Amino acid sequence: MLTALIRRAIQAIFVILAMTVIVFIGINVIGNPVDILINPDLNQAERARVVEHLGLDLPLWQQYLHFLQGLLHGDFGDSFVYNRPALGVIMERFPATLELALSAMFIAIVVGLPLGLYAGLYPERLSSRLIMSGSILGFSLPTFWVGLMFILLFAVQLGWLPSNGRGETVGFLGAGWSFLTRDGLAHLFLPALNLALFKTSLVLRLTRAGVQEVLPQDFIKFARAKGLQEHRVVLVHLMKNLMIPVVTILGLEFGSLIAFSVVTESIFGWPGMGKLIIDSINLLDRPVIVAYLMMMVVLFVMLNFIIDIAYTLLDPRVRLDGGN
Amino acid sequence: MKPLLDVRGLVTEFPGPSGKGLRAVDDISFQLSRGEVLGLVGESGSGKSVTGFSLMGLIDKPGKVTAGQILFDGEDLVAASPERRRGLRGRRIAMVFQDPMMTLNPVLRIGTQITESLHAHERISRRAARARAREALAMVGIPSPDERLDAYPHEFSGGMRQRVAIAIAMLHQPDLIIADEPTTALDVTIQAQIISEFQKLTEEQGTAVIWITHDLAIVSSLADRIAVMYGGRIIETGGIASVLETPRHPYTHGLIRSVPSENSRGSRLAQIPGVTPSLARMPDGCAFRTRCKRATEECHARPEQFGTELSYHRCFHPYEEVYA
Ligand SMILES: Nc1ncnc2c1ncn2[C@@H]1O[C@H](COP(=O)(O)OP(=O)(O)O)[C@@H](O)[C@H]1O
Ligand code: SF4
Ligand SMILES: [Mg+2]
Repeated sequence: MLTALIRRAIQAIFVILAMTVIVFIGINVIGNPVDILINPDLNQAERARVVEHLGLDLPLWQQYLHFLQGLLHGDFGDSFVYNRPALGVIMERFPATLELALSAMFIAIVVGLPLGLYAGLYPERLSSRLIMSGSILGFSLPTFWVGLMFILLFAVQLGWLPSNGRGETVGFLGAGWSFLTRDGLAHLFLPALNLALFKTSLVLRLTRAGVQEVLPQDFIKFARAKGLQEHRVVLVHLMKNLMIPVVTILGLEFGSLIAFSVVTESIFGWPGMGKLIIDSINLLDRPVIVAYLMMMVVLFVMLNFIIDIAYTLLDPRVRLDGGN
Repeated sequence: MKPLLDVRGLVTEFPGPSGKGLRAVDDISFQLSRGEVLGLVGESGSGKSVTGFSLMGLIDKPGKVTAGQILFDGEDLVAASPERRRGLRGRRIAMVFQDPMMTLNPVLRIGTQITESLHAHERISRRAARARAREALAMVGIPSPDERLDAYPHEFSGGMRQRVAIAIAMLHQPDLIIADEPTTALDVTIQAQIISEFQKLTEEQGTAVIWITHDLAIVSSLADRIAVMYGGRIIETGGIASVLETPRHPYTHGLIRSVPSENSRGSRLAQIPGVTPSLARMPDGCAFRTRCKRATEECHARPEQFGTELSYHRCFHPYEEVYA
């Protein structure tokens, strides 16, 4: 188990290293930051000074080595726009995005799992068919459109919920959190729901498919033949098998929730990383983009790692070291 | 004395494609006394498993018992409440399935799968349940049962898994065990071991057994009585010796002649011509008439049970009682 974990860790480091190269090269092809950041009215000498200050005059490979060196110290360079360390700029926004993604995931599980279970257990009922049709809507309606509708309905027409910003936050673990205050929760609700919509449908369908796959199996019938109560058959025998694919896929989806919260954050003025990265791309704020991309790589690699471990915990047949 | 099990005119249907019910079990009647072993024999698809599941109350939806009675110790199970049936399942009527690789839940420990069937029927401490589970494993000949309680099914061979399933079935010393081809999926050597151990255990505890099989050799060695199924009906039943020695029904006759024996060695085995028709194409009248050498016009009507409750056949032109 331990050697397998170490092997995974080494693999992860190589993945991250490969990504640094790709990110670095990719970012240098997108555009020339000099054109954007430097006032066109500046004369040649002033221009050269700024370029030198930013290290943009060095050959690419040297820039890469610098970049890698900095990376080891958590230093991605200063943001061209904010003139502060890029990583710091991102980390300030990270809690907001994390909070939004976690809330969306929470909604997706709390709503999707029971509904999927119900639709899987009673597929012939009308309510199940309604649930399944609803999940198709959740899949196919574009997030931004639903977000706008939410705002129109709940914020503009009904005036029930705010539609912009995080509201009142409370400091906890060195960051501000909305979900700890009433006002913050009210602000969180619509964007979280918007972001959760697609994932809820996903969880629902995964769960239902799982139920329909596991339910006809002999071991469920045998569990019933033992005279077990139906709730034990469903909540233990069925669910334990069901959770294996659901947890795996949800783990991966969590990464994408963070990465793709961009749309929702933009619509609801949620001051998270998604909004930041859009702004940074517009301004070609290279250090911030790079730091963001690298953070996403690390996040996905870490998630994969955690999922692997969760998987072995959930399914006794799977071992990290591949058998024996 | 009142029989332990008295099945009267049992019909189990699955909805067919045209909406018309397909009778997987079609008006069967048989009896079983305490401690008696009944061999339920027939080709694949003749309705043996569905008969077993009907007795257990575990017919896959949307199939259901549509007529008849299952009198178990005088109580009609067809009319009993679901909770009453659950209380009997695994406690007084148990079942062992055909494929041991599929009957145990892959993600639950063996110990859990045993103790949960104890908790389902009695108030018992976890400790006591674990001790009982250990005894149960030892009883079916599993070495070092203490450690094996914490193992998962995939760490067991097929034969071992079937022993576990038998241990679970025997836990509450049931009055009746339905063994649905429990050795078909196993190696021949292991088959013999499991059959003899099963026989020993049920004899010791005075358990009545319905042994489902398509193997006449197994039945002849362990059953007291036999019931032969064809097309969802019991076409002949009686004491094991009399049916095997002087079969009356042409199907039973053909079945026995197709089994290799001492005196038929070297000569060609007689095969029953044709194949069993599917449920939807089952001929009216005598279901066997499309394959029967002795069929006449009369066989377009449905043969009733000729004989007594314990020993009858369903044929208009049976072989003579003394069979040359
Ligand atoms: N869940 C089910 N749904 C529809 N038909 C079924 C189902 N289970 C069994 N049958 C049908 O009932 C008939 C008897 O099956 P079964 O009792 O399993 O035969 P066997 O004698 O081989 O055990 C078969 O024709 C089978 O197709
Ligand atoms: S009733 Fe007729 S068709 Fe059926 S088994 Fe007897 S002789 Fe053959
Ligand atoms: Mg069968």
